[in-house]
Amino acid sequence: MKILVPVKRVIDYNVKARVKADKTGVDLANVKMSMNPFDEIAVEEAIRKKEAGQAEEIIAVSIGPAQAQETLRTALAMGADRAILIQTDDIVEPLAVAKLLKAVVDAEQPRLVILGKQAIDDDSNQTGQMLAALLGWPQGTFASIVKVTDGGIEVTREIDGGLETVALTLPAIVTTDLRLNEPRYASLPNIMKAKKKQLDVKTAADYGVDISPRLKTLKVEEPPKRAGGIKVKTVAELIEKLKTEAGVI
Amino acid sequence: MTALVLAEHDNKELKPATLNAVTAASQLGGGVHVLVAGSGARAVADAAARIDGVSVVLLADDPSYENRLAENVAPLIVSLAGDYDAIVAPTTTSGKNILPRVAAQLDVAQISDVMKVESADTFVRPIYAGNALATVQSTDSKKVMTVRGTGFPAASATGGSAEIRSVATAANPGNSRFVGAELAKSDRPELTAAKIIVSGGRGMGSSQAFSIIESLADKLGAAVGASRAAVDAGFISNDHQVGQTGKIVAPQLYIAVGISGAIQHLAGMKDSKVIVAINKDEEAPIFQIADYGLVADLFQAVPELEKAL
Repeated sequence: MKILVPVKRVIDYNVKARVKADKTGVDLANVKMSMNPFDEIAVEEAIRKKEAGQAEEIIAVSIGPAQAQETLRTALAMGADRAILIQTDDIVEPLAVAKLLKAVVDAEQPRLVILGKQAIDDDSNQTGQMLAALLGWPQGTFASIVKVTDGGIEVTREIDGGLETVALTLPAIVTTDLRLNEPRYASLPNIMKAKKKQLDVKTAADYGVDISPRLKTLKVEEPPKRAGGIKVKTVAELIEKLKTEAGVI
Repeated sequence: MTALVLAEHDNKELKPATLNAVTAASQLGGGVHVLVAGSGARAVADAAARIDGVSVVLLADDPSYENRLAENVAPLIVSLAGDYDAIVAPTTTSGKNILPRVAAQLDVAQISDVMKVESADTFVRPIYAGNALATVQSTDSKKVMTVRGTGFPAASATGGSAEIRSVATAANPGNSRFVGAELAKSDRPELTAAKIIVSGGRGMGSSQAFSIIESLADKLGAAVGASRAAVDAGFISNDHQVGQTGKIVAPQLYIAVGISGAIQHLAGMKDSKVIVAINKDEEAPIFQIADYGLVADLFQAVPELEKAL
């Protein structure tokens, strides 16, 4: 089975986003960028399936600027076999991403697509479900366990009340939650090897997909700040404050 | 303009998140209908019909909707969407699972986790773990959105008398099957509806130690929350996680115990009315947003707090 793993270049998860003074967006100049953490989990899961003999080839795909090649090289260093960059400097909304990915799926014919459940920049949590809809495939979202079975896959999902397991026919979509696995670090030899792996650069036009946005961002602002609080010295003082000052107990 | 709200339920009870979604939908400026997709879910439809401000409840009652599999429910919503200007669901794992599938089938963008409705086409939503708020205008003719419960007051669960209409089931693609669920059973309030939450983090050190959090929570009638670190470490199950990708909460009182305050955790609780932090590390970032900080060993402070209440 061939597995497709879409990865996104986003602000590093340890960096606190700062809003631009002109309110047009978040300032990403000179900010550390990394692979979206949920996508790292997706790459890791694909590699584990290959290591278990359940997959033959892993293709990483990214949609973004030229620098997203670095993100793809990371995926290749972790263990993906080849990569595709659909290069664009435009903002590509989840629906357009899903349409581009559908075109890649049509060309590459994977049996499984593993995506991160959400990107930590726009926090949309849409792309996997949208891709599943466009392909007419079943979806196992927010996965904490993915088991390959005789006829398909069984996905255990993290839901509000606990865990739920669904059985899906293949081909299928999986989106990863935090506890699916712990992604490996790429070793230095593998980073060197990854530089020689195939990385094709395409454009949205190559796939004939219209990526014009449907949403206009009118402004981006900082949320209201919480006023700093005080330190209390004892449990008794804390209770006193909660009862009289805050009035919450 | 009429909005269709996807009801959150378990075939027996209507979940409170539906009430917040109804309020958000009503702010779009038109009528509000509610869709109950379930199996043996008549009681849920009856409850939805009593919500103040809802004029019609659509009931799709069929075994294929018993577990609200996205593959089955999305085509149902799409089949009904022609009559609506907006499709709204609460930002629950069920809403997040189903609604993007609907949006893609309708070829419209989804607006995720709306916190504020500015007008029928303009919305405020959090990005970058809530460190920025984006005001976005949708150019699509139909709006598809999930809405954050803490952004909207709950509509009154009584006072309405909506008409209940049965609707035809949509074709079931048969490519997914519910196998089973392990749902946490607890007498404590639900995290997203609780007035008080006591949360534990990595500082708890073990699942056994979490019992002091649970004990304090029971004394306060509170829900139990956790940071990602505590869930990853196996101290407590995933359904307790508060944060960017877990549950978003805004209780009257949030007591963070042994939680350092990573931005991903703060994203889930910083709209709480009063925040208390108990941590032995006085440099912990959680103290920067806490109204009341107590630098102390949690294993002494928490039992002492419980005893003194």
